[in-house]
Amino acid sequence: MSAQEKYDEAFIETFEIEKSDLTEKLEYQSIPAWDSVGHMALMAEIEEVFDIMLEMDDILEFGSYTTGRETLKKYDVEF
Amino acid sequence: MLVDDLNDLTNHHKSHCKLYADYVASMFPKGQAEQLADIPFLPVRAFKEFTLKSVPDDAVYKTMRSSGTSGQFSQIFLDKQTALSQTRALAESFADYFGKGRFPMLVIDSESTVKDRLKFSARTAAINGFSMFSNKRCFALKDDMTLDLESIRTFLAVNSGKRIFVFGFTFLIWSTFIQELKRRKQTLPLENAFFLHGGGWKKLEAEKVSNDAFREAIHETTGSSSVHNYYGMVEQTGTIFIECEKGHLHAARQGAALARDPRTHKALDHGVTGLLQVFSSIQGSYPGHSLLTEDIGRTYAGSSCGCGRGGTIVEIDGRLAQAEVRGCSDAYP
Repeated sequence: MSAQEKYDEAFIETFEIEKSDLTEKLEYQSIPAWDSVGHMALMAEIEEVFDIMLEMDDILEFGSYTTGRETLKKYDVEF
Repeated sequence: MLVDDLNDLTNHHKSHCKLYADYVASMFPKGQAEQLADIPFLPVRAFKEFTLKSVPDDAVYKTMRSSGTSGQFSQIFLDKQTALSQTRALAESFADYFGKGRFPMLVIDSESTVKDRLKFSARTAAINGFSMFSNKRCFALKDDMTLDLESIRTFLAVNSGKRIFVFGFTFLIWSTFIQELKRRKQTLPLENAFFLHGGGWKKLEAEKVSNDAFREAIHETTGSSSVHNYYGMVEQTGTIFIECEKGHLHAARQGAALARDPRTHKALDHGVTGLLQVFSSIQGSYPGHSLLTEDIGRTYAGSSCGCGRGGTIVEIDGRLAQAEVRGCSDAYP
């Protein structure tokens, strides 16, 4: 599975949404499932699939489906 | 400056919440505050009796409710920005004490407490809020609130060598964890763990022990000597006071406190006991930036502590008795 596929899968699994929901409009608090609890579940899922440990600051910065990829680049995840 | 931020918030809420504007106009006719003591304050109880919000209905992202022991509960309306500010303020305070890491978290509560995340109670909110500092969680209590020693031991074995973050409500840590370990004559290997607890003694007020005795009992049963109380309320979620190594509860960078005479509401000097008023500069969606609590205590200058943290120190004695609260709840329309 490519990094992009793993990344998409993390959102789909965590928030129980469809592939078509993965747009630039998908951001923190934009859907009920992506609240503070959902956020931590997403972070845990991303850490798991990429085998990384995110810093607190990056967890707070991780604000949307689009910008999240930039955050992960810091952890040598190549998209 | 905190006073400037709070003045801005007073003005913001006056223009966006009519009920608040009317209240301030009748109770605090004086204009801009020059010091904390002049900032208009709301009795915390106001959120139980009135709908106070400064954003349109469609901007309300989440409504938080306090557990109402008297049957009534507070309603706090959050928009996205205020929710985010809460998270950031809490992360900043937490990092100041425990670093920026995330830890295996042992929650002294049951999973059923947090299962329904739409049903917001203060306990759910606290556990979920502090869970952002965890990378995995273990609930120490079964759904019937009895100690699940087997799960705890497994969790500690898997995370052996790591610094564990133990979190829970004070009265639950005492009654379901420490007392239960003692009763079963068990100890847990938590020498490297740090404890963060808050919420006071609730219905166990009669069993209340001193902070020193609490810390000592934790040390005895777990080996941990890093025990930190926190003081905060659902009406100012995110801005909390955390107990330092010297045993003092310091305000966050976004917060402050002062004591007032329970009858006259006159602001009191440091060291003088009264009703505590708390400040927080992050409340944009509801007028909760300056609240008169129902807690009795005192303040001290942060610099008097010596731990290096500047935030105002509060010392809490407990909750004001129900009958006496009348005095301050009469103070708003």
